[in-house]
Amino acid sequence: MAACQQPYSQGKALYESACGSCHMTDGTGLAGLIPPLSGSDLIRTRPDLLPCIIQNGMEGKLLVNGQEYDQVMAPVTGINAVEMANILNYIQSEWGDPGLFYSPDRIQQILSTCGSGPVNLGNTGAE
Amino acid sequence: MKTWISLTALLIGFSILSCRPPEGCQVLPILGNRDIQGMDTLYPTIPDFTFMNQDSQWVDNETFAGKIYVVDFFFISCPTICPKVKKQMLRVYQAFAAEPRLVLLSHTIDVRHDTVPRLKAYAEGLGIATDRWHLVTGAEDDIYQIAGNYFSVAKKDPSVPGGFDHSGRLILIDEQRHVRSFCDGTDAESVDRFMKDIQCLLDEN
Ligand code: HEC
Repeated sequence: MAACQQPYSQGKALYESACGSCHMTDGTGLAGLIPPLSGSDLIRTRPDLLPCIIQNGMEGKLLVNGQEYDQVMAPVTGINAVEMANILNYIQSEWGDPGLFYSPDRIQQILSTCGSGPVNLGNTGAE
Repeated sequence: MKTWISLTALLIGFSILSCRPPEGCQVLPILGNRDIQGMDTLYPTIPDFTFMNQDSQWVDNETFAGKIYVVDFFFISCPTICPKVKKQMLRVYQAFAAEPRLVLLSHTIDVRHDTVPRLKAYAEGLGIATDRWHLVTGAEDDIYQIAGNYFSVAKKDPSVPGGFDHSGRLILIDEQRHVRSFCDGTDAESVDRFMKDIQCLLDEN
């Protein structure tokens, strides 16, 4: 049993408190308002976007699994690079590409390229 | 040993009973403080209200005449419990999709930002029909005040994330404007029980 357990239990707890209220504990999002993480094509195909989405938030239209969303995600404050790595490793292993891994160093590196202002994909999604 | 046997008997008894639809309804009590005046017992009732929904239509007590309804309070930019509560409201909406006697009523508590067009876009995102689920706005004081009648808290509080404090309750109102049940809208199991109450109230009428 132990080997089957979720290896990112800390990431799971952080996910639940920082993201779960909107994207839901099971990652399914909310109807046409909040996109899902579970099964999202975007988190698999554009993994480097995720730290920027967390740090700067997101707005404008976007497509996830062919469905359009157009709400606002405020920046998520109060989590550091280690915590962000934990959250994202949890998300990828649970719902995305379990082969992807974020180290805190890589997170730092990506964060320095995000620029300012929310991520806005302008009506595109996974490419 | 003896207690186990009687417990088992009890459990079997229950499971036989529970085969009857809809699972052992009891008359739901009228909630709130009663006021006994002479021969009359007065129960708290929802006062008159007038709000505006996502289609710019007025919504008042008449809108719910002959119907029972479920109430909650939310705001669109809410970073905390609202999306979870909305997901549960959507469950209720879908579970009773074929039941025109049940209507849903969500009040925004952020009247400055949640304008009618934004409520409209939100309703479209939820994929809901206006006559079954009203998302309303109105005078801020009216909304904060009526929240109390629905056993809910709604107020501005700059110290909490999002700037508004509110409870995530779903509240069930009967045709006589009485509160008959409520639940924690962030907790799916609590909502399961609540949906049974809704069915029982529908069967009462
Ligand atoms: C206040 C609600 C809220 C919170 C909290 C939140 N998000 Fe989001 N998230 C959204 C919304 C709304 C969008 C879509 C934005 C748009 O329409 O432009 C989104 C989009 C996304 C996307 C891109 C679309 C997808 O589903 O693949 C990712 C990835 C994401 N969020 C991850 C997270 C992570 C990780 C956290 C926690 C660290 C988080 N979000 C916290 C509301 C939220």
